Formats: sequence, structure tokens, C-alpha cells
Amino acid sequence: MNFEHTEDRRMLEDTLRRYLTEQYDITTRNSVAYDAQGYSPDRWTEMAELGIIGALFSEAEGGFGGAGFDIALVFEELGRALCPDPFLGALLGGKALVAGNDDHHAKLDAVIDGSLIVALAAEEESSYYDLLYVETSAKPDGQNWVLNGAKSVVPHAETAGLLIVTARISGDVGDTDGLGIFAVPADTNGLQVLGYNTIDGGRAGEVLLNSVTLPASALIARDGDAAALLVDIAGYAHLALSAEALGVMEVMKTSTMEYLQTRKQFGVTIGKFQVLQHRMVDLVLEIEQARSSVINAATLPADMIQRRKFLAAAKMTVSEAGTKVAEESIQMHGGIGMTWEMPLSHYAKRLTMIGHQFGDEDFHLAQYIALSKETAA
Amino acid sequence: MDLSFSTKEEAFRAEVQAFIRGNLRPELAAKMKRGDSPTKAELEEWHALLNAQGWLANHWPVEHGGPGWGPVERYLFELECAQAHAPHIVPFGVGMLGPVLIKYGNEAQKSHWLPRILDGSDWWCQGYSEPGAGSDLASVKTTAVRDGDSYVVNGQKTWTTLGQYADMIFCLVRTSSEGKRQQGISFLLINMKTPGIDIRPIITIEGGHEVNEIFFTDVRVPAENRVGEENKGWTYAKYLLTYERTNIAGVGASLSALAHLKEAAAKRNKAGRPLLDDPYFAARVARVEISLENMITTNLRVLASVAGGGVPGAESSLLKIQGTVIYQEITSLLRRAMGNIAAPYYPDASETGFNGPFAGPEAAVHAAGDYFNHRKLSIFGGSNEIQRNIVSKAMLGL
Repeated sequence: MNFEHTEDRRMLEDTLRRYLTEQYDITTRNSVAYDAQGYSPDRWTEMAELGIIGALFSEAEGGFGGAGFDIALVFEELGRALCPDPFLGALLGGKALVAGNDDHHAKLDAVIDGSLIVALAAEEESSYYDLLYVETSAKPDGQNWVLNGAKSVVPHAETAGLLIVTARISGDVGDTDGLGIFAVPADTNGLQVLGYNTIDGGRAGEVLLNSVTLPASALIARDGDAAALLVDIAGYAHLALSAEALGVMEVMKTSTMEYLQTRKQFGVTIGKFQVLQHRMVDLVLEIEQARSSVINAATLPADMIQRRKFLAAAKMTVSEAGTKVAEESIQMHGGIGMTWEMPLSHYAKRLTMIGHQFGDEDFHLAQYIALSKETAA
Repeated sequence: MDLSFSTKEEAFRAEVQAFIRGNLRPELAAKMKRGDSPTKAELEEWHALLNAQGWLANHWPVEHGGPGWGPVERYLFELECAQAHAPHIVPFGVGMLGPVLIKYGNEAQKSHWLPRILDGSDWWCQGYSEPGAGSDLASVKTTAVRDGDSYVVNGQKTWTTLGQYADMIFCLVRTSSEGKRQQGISFLLINMKTPGIDIRPIITIEGGHEVNEIFFTDVRVPAENRVGEENKGWTYAKYLLTYERTNIAGVGASLSALAHLKEAAAKRNKAGRPLLDDPYFAARVARVEISLENMITTNLRVLASVAGGGVPGAESSLLKIQGTVIYQEITSLLRRAMGNIAAPYYPDASETGFNGPFAGPEAAVHAAGDYFNHRKLSIFGGSNEIQRNIVSKAMLGL
């Protein structure tokens, strides 16, 4: 039993934290996160050069990390800095490419060196976190595939050079079988992106697919393989987002504690009021539990049921704790916590909206229950 | 990062499991599983078995009869015992007084009392709380006035757990009213058979008799029964309260209770379907299960830091809060799971030889009573509000 990171991971953590502290302070972050690009191309390239994307992939995949704890560590640091850059897309898109053919594998180097931005276009307006609920269609046409449909809230869809798109080849929406996962270059005819900034910073977009014609080689996986790959990819999303939320919560905890120690009302620092002390302790408790849930998830057990249970438990825990930490931190800051000027408000938005990516606490509680039944059966 | 136990630790766990299999009477385990309170004889039986194995005082130094375990071994021991439905070790002698005597007692006290704790010659109880001193322990009012070779003790203690079985009580008494309240307290060992001691039961909410009030009227205590210096008892009292709290989370007890809950809920039907298939009930169970899984790792993180030479500080308070919230929720869910059959009341159900008949499933016998009884968890041992005060001060600097 050992809860220390390895020397290599500690160095990675130091490197990334120092870079983000020096180059991505909150003022810079806010100006980037709400601009027309929603990320910083220069910093993105620099972080790729530091090996941050490579840390998300194993040596066999072209990186030098790829373990659950590598991913958790990177995303926790990104969360501390509210970094809006397209790391999640790199992780999820990259994992899809790993599962593909030689053409797809050939793109991994560009993903890892940061020159190719990838976006996962899986969710649709009606899918409500269920990645198997796909209305977008893929029809064979000779040697080609033709995709029609729409994908919703795809992070960094405009700047992505490659989109990983799910589409239904056969069967009904929600079926496990009949799905296809396709690698779609952004410049393919018929692909249109309606971009927007998101409330928590960064860019996303609606992706419209109007008779998008792709060669046979664009297909990464289909049917059972596609469904299994989606489970795998979603699992990485759960881990990364849970760890990111943890980083966000740690910063909010420190900020709120410092505020309670310095803000005076009625002649005393408000941290002297027991009602606030106890609420703060409850937040600390929730965050410690959240950290434990992320550690559990980052072990990525080989047993897939146990792995998915840990991942669902983590996403459930951080989503629930996240809303509480966000709301309580704002409340304990009072009016100042409501202002754009205060970094806390931006942390609160990101933390809350992480709960809206890849499943909220209700979704993951249901997942956990379903998986528990599979264990029992 | 490695959450697994070492080969050596796993071998230790197997040794504990084998010991339990070979020594814990199945009838006793079954009784404990149902939620019956163990009798004095049953508790003494388990103590004696552990003592024969050298495992009773498992956090004492080896020279005083401890097995030389570290925090991980103690955790695994508690985990396995709880999951096998063994009776718990009554903490007052072994867990509380023993470490105080070892650290602060004189040689005569150590050589006399420690072996008697181990072999069960003395059943100890704890004389801390008073009617006016609950969470605020320093406001102890029971007085001890020096008279020759004796102290004369007058006052009242309360919430004395299993005091009805006790031969001896360790007490905080006021020996001075000068200076700060904490400075006039002494630590006395008092024989319960001394004239002037009167013990009365306090029947708790579920109808059980666990706790008592004890009245002291001109009780003469030999001065040699004072531990440490006069008026320094607060130091010893605090040491006792902070000693070995790594198992405060009660992981084993919660795991065992959760398994019992799931087993019982799977057998209950709601509209012709197992209750565990009801989405609302399943959600409640899943929530507490996730919370427990998280706490297991939180607890291991604290254990790892202690095993690495750290001292559990306010983290113990966080674990106490979280552990009690989880256990209480499990008892609440078991009560809820039983539906209307949680209502029948069997005050004699814990008596030896009493075997019903009971209405409904066996899990229902104590479901409501246990729920009510375990409201105590967030009150005793420093209420959860006191724990929040501790964390706030020690960890948050508020």
C-alpha cells in the first residue's frame, strides 16, 4: 500500500503545475477561454512539447504514460488552472485512433505532438449522456460511407482537424449493435460546425453532417467492437473529468478557506462563526471522499465491471460534491463570489458544468446500480 | 500508487481468518449477525480466546503483551473480525486505560493492572462524562479531596457503558478549582465495590441497557490509585482520547452491515419484486455503498501516512464523522427495508436462549431498535459537531 506518486509522475506534476502557474494565470485563462478560439494555440503547442499529451498514452500507443494515474494527475493539474485547451479531445480521440487501422494509427503522432486537434463527436441533442443513443446514420454507398445527422456540444469542434463521429449503421437508437465509429477529417464536404463559447470557458459546437462521404478506411470500429470501444472511451472521459473536477475543487477549497480567514464582519473574521466552520468542514470531507473516488477509478482494474463501477462511482461522487462545493463556496464568499472578477466564480462554473459532461450523478448512480446487478448475476 | 496489501499483509489476513474460523463459535456469530447484544459471558469468551492468541491488546507494546502489529495489521484484524460477526473488543480496559497506564502509570500500577486487564480479572468502565460535562469534558465537577492516604470522592458520572458489569472504573475527578479548569483534574482508578458507590441503569431509546449513571458519596479511594501527578489528569485524559484512532472509521462494521442490508433487502418483496430492484431503494443503497468505497480509500490513505511515521490528527475526526454517517445510514436503510414488519418489538430478543417466535424475517427483529440505538454514534466519543470544531481548528486554521 502506497499513496505516493512515482518520481516520474511527481516530475510531470511539477512541470505542468509550474507551466500553468507561470503561463496560464487566471487573467490569461479568462481572456483565452472566452475568445473566439477558446484555447491558446501557443500554449497548447508548448504543453505538447513538455510531453503533457504524451503522458496520456502508453509507449505502445506512442506516448510514455497512459496509466490511470498519469491521466488523473494531468487532468487534476489542468483543473487547478481551469485550462480550456483540447486535452480531453486528445485523450478520447486518441484512444479511438488506437483502436483503428494503420491509417488511424498513423495520426497518433500528430495528436501527441499537438499538431492535430481531435474532437469526439458522440453526443446528440437527444442522447442525454447515453452514447449508444445515436440517430446520426451511416449508410454504405459502394466502397464509401455516407453520414447524415447532427452532433451536439462537441468541444473544440471548429479547431479540430479530425472528428471522431459515431453513427448508426443499423438497428434502432439505443441498440448496442449497429453502431459505427468514424474518423472524419474536418475539411470533408458536407461537414459544418456551428461554434459557440461555453458558459464555463472554451469553445464547442454543433456538428452538422449532411451527406458526408467517407472512404471505407474511415471506419474505426463497428457493432460490438464499436460499443465496447465507446465504453472504453467513456471510461477515460469519466476518469479525466473526475480528476479535473478534483483539481477545481482543491483550488476552491483553498480560496474559500483563505476568505474565511481574512474577511471581517461584526469585528471578527467570518471563519470564527461556527456555522461557517462546520459547513467548510463538510466541504473538506466531500473533497477528501472525491479524491478517494478518483484514486479508486485511476487504478483501472482489469475486471471491466469493477473498473466501470469505480469510474461511475467517481463521476457520481465528483458531480454531487462538485455542485455542493460550487454552491457553498459562492455562498460563503457572499456577493463577491458572484462576480466575474473573482476567479472563484469561474471555478464554480467549470465545476458545475463538468457534471454535464459524460453523465451527471443520476446517470452514474443508475450505471453503478446496473453494474452491481451484473456482478451479482 | 498501490492500493493493494503486501504478500505479508495478505498472509496475516489469512492467519486472522483462520483463527476466527477455528475459534469463533458459529452460534455466537449468528447471534451477532442478527444484531443481538452479546452477554458479558460472550464478550469475556471472545476476549479470552484473543488473549490466549496474544491478540487482545493488539496496540500495546510487545513488552507489555502486545503482538507488535502496525496500523495495517490492526486495520485488517478489525476488518476480518467485523465481517465474521465476532463480538467487538470492549475498549475500556484494553483500548483506553491500558495505553494510559503504559505511558503514565508507575511500575506498581503497570505490573498490577495490566495483566489483570489482559486476563479479564477486572472489567473496566469509563468515568468521564457527567450530567454537566458531555462534550465539554473539562467542566468535570466530581470532586476528590485528599484525606491522609486516601481521596474522598463525591459526585456523579453518567453514560457509563457496560458499567453494570464493571469491577473497576477510571475516573476524571476535580482535585483543584484553582487556575484553568483543565489544570485541576486528576485521574483515579476506583473499585466499583467501594462503599458509597451506587449504580443505576439508563434505559436507552430502543429499550436496551448499555449505559448507566454512577453516584459517588464519600467514596474512599487509596491515593496509590491515582495515575500520574495530581491535577495533571487532563493530559492523560486527552492522550486516552487520541490514542489509536486509525480504526475509528469502522470500515469492517460498515461492510458487514451493508452486506447484511443487501442480503435482507434482496429477500424483501415490494409489489412482487425484490426490494433491491426498486429504483428508489436501490439508489439509496448504491449511494451509501459508493460513499463507503470512497471512505475505505480515505481510511487507507490515513493508515498509509500513519504507517509511514505520521500521526493521525484531525483526519481521525473526518473519518469519525464520515464513518458514523455511513453506518447510521445503513441502519436506517435496514429499518426502511423491513417496511411495516420493522414495528414488532422484542425486548428480550438478546437474552440467551430466546429464539422467538418472531414475526417476519429474522433481519426485522432488531432493525428498528438498532437504528434507534445507533443514533448514539454521532453523539458519543466527541459528537460530530465537536469533531467539526477539531477539524476546523486543526486543519483549516479557522
